[in-house]
Amino acid sequence: MSISHAPPGSSEPDISRISTSKAGPDARPDDHAPLDLVPLVPTSSRRTRVPRWLRRTTGPLVLLALWQLLSSTGVLTSDVLASPGRIAHVGWDLIDSGSLTSAMATSLQRVAIGLLLGTVIGTGLALVSGLFRIGEDLVDAPVQMLRTVPFVGLIPLFIIWFGIGEAPKVAIITLGVTFPLYLNVYAGIRGVDSQLIEAGESLGLSRWGLVRHVVLPGALPNAMTGLRYSLGIAWLALVFAEQINADAGIGFLMVQARDFLQTDVIVVCLIVYAFLGLLADFVVRTLERLLLQWRPTFTGR
Amino acid sequence: MATDVHGPVTAQPVTSQAVRVEGLTRSFDGRPVIDRLQLDVRQGEFVALLGRSGCGKSTLLRILAGLDRDIEGTVLVPRRKAVAFQAPRLMPWKKVWRNVLLGLPGKPERAVAERALAEVGLGDHADAWPKTLSGGEAQRASLARALVREPDLLLLDEPFGALDALTRIKAQRLVGELWQRRGCAVLLVTHDVEEAVLLADRVLVMDDGVIAHEQHIDLDRPRDITDPRFAELRAGLLERLGVDTAAEAA
Ligand SMILES: Nc1ncnc2c1ncn2[C@@H]1O[C@H](COP(=O)(O)OP(=O)(O)O)[C@@H](O)[C@H]1O
Ligand SMILES: [Mg+2]
Repeated sequence: MSISHAPPGSSEPDISRISTSKAGPDARPDDHAPLDLVPLVPTSSRRTRVPRWLRRTTGPLVLLALWQLLSSTGVLTSDVLASPGRIAHVGWDLIDSGSLTSAMATSLQRVAIGLLLGTVIGTGLALVSGLFRIGEDLVDAPVQMLRTVPFVGLIPLFIIWFGIGEAPKVAIITLGVTFPLYLNVYAGIRGVDSQLIEAGESLGLSRWGLVRHVVLPGALPNAMTGLRYSLGIAWLALVFAEQINADAGIGFLMVQARDFLQTDVIVVCLIVYAFLGLLADFVVRTLERLLLQWRPTFTGR
Repeated sequence: MATDVHGPVTAQPVTSQAVRVEGLTRSFDGRPVIDRLQLDVRQGEFVALLGRSGCGKSTLLRILAGLDRDIEGTVLVPRRKAVAFQAPRLMPWKKVWRNVLLGLPGKPERAVAERALAEVGLGDHADAWPKTLSGGEAQRASLARALVREPDLLLLDEPFGALDALTRIKAQRLVGELWQRRGCAVLLVTHDVEEAVLLADRVLVMDDGVIAHEQHIDLDRPRDITDPRFAELRAGLLERLGVDTAAEAA
């Protein structure tokens, strides 16, 4: 029994049973063991009945409840972090007095101008270096070089150049927005399927027609990604810019609150930043849904 | 356009000729893929081009389409020509009807696209995104996009290659019908001998960078693949392509 072709695990009686049931080479085993059939559940019944928005809001609400619990039991003292109830109250007061709304307006304006300028410059440069070989040679290298300079580090220089008004703040946001947009739009343009370009050529599209109907729409998914990155960086840049000698805006409110140890006001300002960020993200998501509905990509289950 | 007149691919009317190629050479890195090739296609003629993979069929087709001008020799093609590639190459960001009208001069009406789509049996899909089309539907949309240009020369590069057998038969029949209705010259690149014999007036076999063999197909249309003469032509061409049919039957 030392030479055996049976796998080491198989036992003697099992082998003999199979050999007896197979009488000849084309005899079919008539004692099929019943297969274990698994029901495939249709998606409609597999989906939970809890609506999506409710599922999405559950997590934050639980966190909020936990926070309130910690505050009211005294584990979290108010000079470390104010309670949610207190923050809601302070937030309401700030809105009521108009100081929060005017600060928001100021900050939003800074972001909007910076974003606009950054988008124009970033996209413009990307078009020049994406569409033309000569543009790439002239533009890409300097942009790639400048990109490695941390833009926040330029704040002192910008203050010297632009003073302490709105200009340095907008400039920092513009700078932060420009690079991610440039990189993504450029990558998008260079990533357009050459087969589609050729198809466009064969259809008689002019150079500009190719850019308009093939290259730009093809680069749009990347451009949207770039826009999302840019928005994130725009808020970050705003926070940095406003912490340094601002006399209006959300950052100014925060600096003031820090001087008076008002953690509640600081948290309100952070929430406002987060809320504005979410809002911006929502706008881009909606834009993506409208502009990129043609995309045959995975959209999640 | 000045480039059209003075460029290597020249568009000018040549009586009763749809394509005229003389001494065409195209090299990649010094290796000639097309080597002093001669080719003539009459107006309204259906020509099929066979050849083993990599022999330069697509290269020749791209040259005729004006997409590759890195050539030597004379190439005369009609001004109005259209191409359908093996992949449909629809712009995914344009609805089907906008794809059909893409690149047409002026501001063509949507109805123009709808007529062309109806002709290929896609009338209901004008408003669809390309991602929602099946392979055969996308290929037909690509065909409609070519036909809407009312070409005098239709260039097809293995347009049925990626289709399943049943869809392919339908698409072949469609191309045959469209050709008879439009009367344009067709150059069909294919690797399917049966398809070539089924559709073409003349079958060319490409090898070593030239047209190595020519076979006129004089069978009546519509053609019957069970006809013994059909089988004979098919076997002859297969032999030309280096496939031994006797061994295949054994
Ligand atoms: N852009 C290119 N650069 C280098 N070689 C190429 C290029 N395009 C095609 N070739 C070569 O030319 C030959 C013919 O290609 P192709 O015309 O696509 O063949 P097919 O007959 O299968 O359509 C192949 O050997 C291919 O490798
Ligand atoms: Mg090919």
